[in-house]
Amino acid sequence: MRSSNQTLEEILTLAAAHFKVAREKLAPDDDFFRTLGLNSLQTLELLTRLEHHFRIELPDYELQGVSDFRTLAERIQARL
Amino acid sequence: MKKVEGQAVSWGLTDGVVELALHREPCNEIGLLTLDELERFVAALEKLKGEAHALIIYSSLDCGFSAGADLKELFRISREMDRVEALKGVRDYLERIHRVMNAIDASPLTTIAAVHGVTFGGGFELALVCDLIIADKMARFCFPELRLGLIPGFGGIPRLKRDLGNAIVRDLLLTGRSFNATKAQQVGLVCQMVAEGESLRVARATADQLKKFDRRASTAAKDFIKPIPYEELRREIEIFCELFAQPAVEAGLRRFAESTEAQPYLP
Repeated sequence: MRSSNQTLEEILTLAAAHFKVAREKLAPDDDFFRTLGLNSLQTLELLTRLEHHFRIELPDYELQGVSDFRTLAERIQARL
Repeated sequence: MKKVEGQAVSWGLTDGVVELALHREPCNEIGLLTLDELERFVAALEKLKGEAHALIIYSSLDCGFSAGADLKELFRISREMDRVEALKGVRDYLERIHRVMNAIDASPLTTIAAVHGVTFGGGFELALVCDLIIADKMARFCFPELRLGLIPGFGGIPRLKRDLGNAIVRDLLLTGRSFNATKAQQVGLVCQMVAEGESLRVARATADQLKKFDRRASTAAKDFIKPIPYEELRREIEIFCELFAQPAVEAGLRRFAESTEAQPYLP
């Protein structure tokens, strides 16, 4: 099973690759909406990509109020 | 046949396959313009059915299949009217969209929705009238209407009940959560999940296969296995109109229409 740190790192790597941002520019406590410049459609796209990558279901309401990568990783870790 | 190019949708017939493309920016919201053009399409489909064996509905926009009813237009128009007029306008709109949906649902052609990205609300309901849903792995399905104090109004609940198990219907409606194509395939909504950007190609390959079959047999099979729940569809319009009259709906629509947040679909 993945550790929390592995999950966090995979999220950062996936976000950097997909939204074409240098990995080193993303930090665990960054606001991903701001750092990645996400609109509502891109937010859904990120959610779908994370679900496919981790093979989980992540209901939208679990992400309500979540805006940093670290908390996102915690939500995902809880479903692995 | 000449291709018909509308502002919101376009259609044409090639080699026995009618293709309806959705292309109204930003994400195929279904408002009055789209409804007008869908009505014209349905009238044309009636004439094309003798020359065709399949219909494919797809979106040519990157964002997805359709974000559903045009809630911003609905909010704007409702504000310009008094409550009685607004309610009458909503009922008229629902009656018209139901006629369109029912006509596609009952078409003797085999109908395929090729979906990707956002397939929400009325867009989801448009996919549900089709016989087969072929989804790109990035497709995402949702009925967010309860978040606005409403139920789906384009025939979604009766068709979900027809096609899926009741537990998943309750999950979709009562939580308002969205789910991906993998889940949609697991519950039996999506018949084929394909790689990103491949749903239209696979839909065309499927339509090509269908032309090998005798049309009378395909139509008879469809009549037998795909009942249209007309009575429940009528009830849905009544329930939607009752709910639409509640003050909470106006507040919900305003919140959505005026939102600049990244997740306006969340309450």
